Amino acid sequence: MAKGIWIFAEHRDGKIKKVTLELLSAGRKLAKETGEEVSALLFGKGVSGLASTLAEYGADKVYLADDDMLAQYTTDAYSKALSDLIMEKEPSLLLIGCTVLGRDLAARVAQKVKTCLMSDCTGVELSGGQLVFVRPVYAGKAFVKAVCPELKPVMATVRPNVLIADEPRAGRGAEVVNVAVYLEKTDLRQVIKEVVMQISTRPELTEANIIVSGGRGMKGPENYKILEELADVLGAAVGASRAAVDSGWIPQSFQVGQTGKTVSPALYIACGISGSTMHLAGMSSSKCIVAINKDPEADIFKVADYGIVGDLFEVVPLLTEECKKLLAS
Amino acid sequence: MRIAVLMKQTFDTAAIISLDANGQIERQGVNLIINPYDEFAVEEALRLKEKHGGEVTVISAGAPETQDAMLQALAMGADKAILVTDDNMAGSDEYAAALVLSKVLGGLEFDLLLAGWRAVDDGSAQVAVRVAELLGLPQVNVVTSLTIEDAKAVATRDIEGGSEVVEVPLPALITAQKGLNEPRYPTMRGIMQAKKKPFQKLSLSELGLDAAQIAPKVKAISYFLPAPRAACKLVPGEAPEAARELCRILRETAKII
Ligand SMILES: Cc1cc2nc3c(=O)[nH]c(=O)nc-3n(C[C@H](O)[C@H](O)[C@H](O)COP(=O)(O)OP(=O)(O)OC[C@H]3O[C@@H](n4cnc5c(N)ncnc54)[C@H](O)[C@@H]3O)c2cc1C
Repeated sequence: MAKGIWIFAEHRDGKIKKVTLELLSAGRKLAKETGEEVSALLFGKGVSGLASTLAEYGADKVYLADDDMLAQYTTDAYSKALSDLIMEKEPSLLLIGCTVLGRDLAARVAQKVKTCLMSDCTGVELSGGQLVFVRPVYAGKAFVKAVCPELKPVMATVRPNVLIADEPRAGRGAEVVNVAVYLEKTDLRQVIKEVVMQISTRPELTEANIIVSGGRGMKGPENYKILEELADVLGAAVGASRAAVDSGWIPQSFQVGQTGKTVSPALYIACGISGSTMHLAGMSSSKCIVAINKDPEADIFKVADYGIVGDLFEVVPLLTEECKKLLAS
Repeated sequence: MRIAVLMKQTFDTAAIISLDANGQIERQGVNLIINPYDEFAVEEALRLKEKHGGEVTVISAGAPETQDAMLQALAMGADKAILVTDDNMAGSDEYAAALVLSKVLGGLEFDLLLAGWRAVDDGSAQVAVRVAELLGLPQVNVVTSLTIEDAKAVATRDIEGGSEVVEVPLPALITAQKGLNEPRYPTMRGIMQAKKKPFQKLSLSELGLDAAQIAPKVKAISYFLPAPRAACKLVPGEAPEAARELCRILRETAKII
């Protein structure tokens, strides 16, 4: 008898992450076919208030581990608490968002409970009674469909923005189960000395619905202002190619690509980016790609849905104005 | 300080990926390189050795040609290489790779384990972490700066929207992210010396493992290439018209804004 679909609930600043909501919806769809229960795992300190959101997005049950030792994410604390719970309840599937936290946690837990882990999935489906995972390999230049038939739970991290979160059902409830946490101070070897957050009103790159990205064609750090203006009109995040990062125009954390972040926004606007395979590795799963480049032969036009051949310094500000007008109307 | 570095040989990041007649990834004619993130790990090990003294051992599990990537690491300045290579390892998954590597490390003494945070081929970012768990080591992942003092590692790691500084006792696993350093190129002298450095090749049985223990748990059903994207629609006209038209398309056709 199958024992349930589990979704690890990631949250930050008192809000459930979008990818968790996407996973809850995916979990519900699978549950419809398997008849299993969907449970969300809510770990932290003082986070019980988030359970209702998880319920509204599809959790039948919320396992709540509320503990001082879980106040901050550390690999040791979270992986132990999570693997203890898995060994006790033996779920059949565990989905975790493929975020920095999710990746760190999932691999460690998978080894603790001696199971397989499909990383960075872009699809999960039930086919012939088997869970089939789709994941990119070679930086998205190919994909593999894979299964893990022997071990339980099957674990996967799923890329943000590739699944769609259903609308929440207001008033939907879930059973909240308090989870005992068996952590000793000696279990925790990581000490977090300092956390530095970039203060930004823009969405986080990997979660953003729209990204405005600039490459070597930006010519200098001061010019990112024109991208920021467009981004702010669209509620978008700003990204960059490696060439721009390596020139010191914008911090590494903005880099999209093979050695940068992997993003899957609804819209990716590439300005002054040539479209090298290493850049495409990070953004080719964007749903709609727009390229603004003065070179009509640039490779970016091979992946773009829409393109403007022109000088970005002329086009981008005009685009900002047009979008502003359109969004105001 | 004794530093162990896990490394993997991967396809050149510029390689064009195609499928062979059996629907597997075509390996013929593809240039092989050190996984770029592992190169950051090797470089960091060399810098730590330069600062604190000690020895750098690079370790890999892979096909025989992996030795080329390892020779490059030796040419950069690593002291020793250990390669586990065995026909039975073909098609092995992260679980198996971690078991093999942890057996090698179990027979070594080391203060620090470095690796790239992910490999650019399978992108799974699991093997090093699984090794750390098998050996009971703490981990700090996706690190952009590292200092070692008083048997502790202090590392800055990327988190979403910022970074954090984490301290762990040694021995620990640290995985490298771009930004940690700029890997050096091997010198001619380094390349000559590399050939004389200790290079150990091990089979599974020499590690006390058999094929059944490393049988893959993850089974690939099929590989496929991404669907070609529809041809780009160039928005015609001078900049003002084009900008207006693009805006309209994004709202009315693509329905994104
Ligand atoms: C191991 C490895 C990993 C890498 N990882 C990454 C990665 O993660 N991300 C990444 O991006 N790259 C990565 N690269 C680098 C990559 O190969 C390219 O060098 C890089 O992406 C090029 O950036 P770019 O497109 O901004 O610059 P360029 O290739 O120089 O292109 C600039 C473009 O701007 C256009 N342009 C110039 N001026 C204007 C203007 N006024 N108006 C409009 N268009 C203009 C030009 O026509 C040109 O197409 C990696 C490379 C290696 C070897």
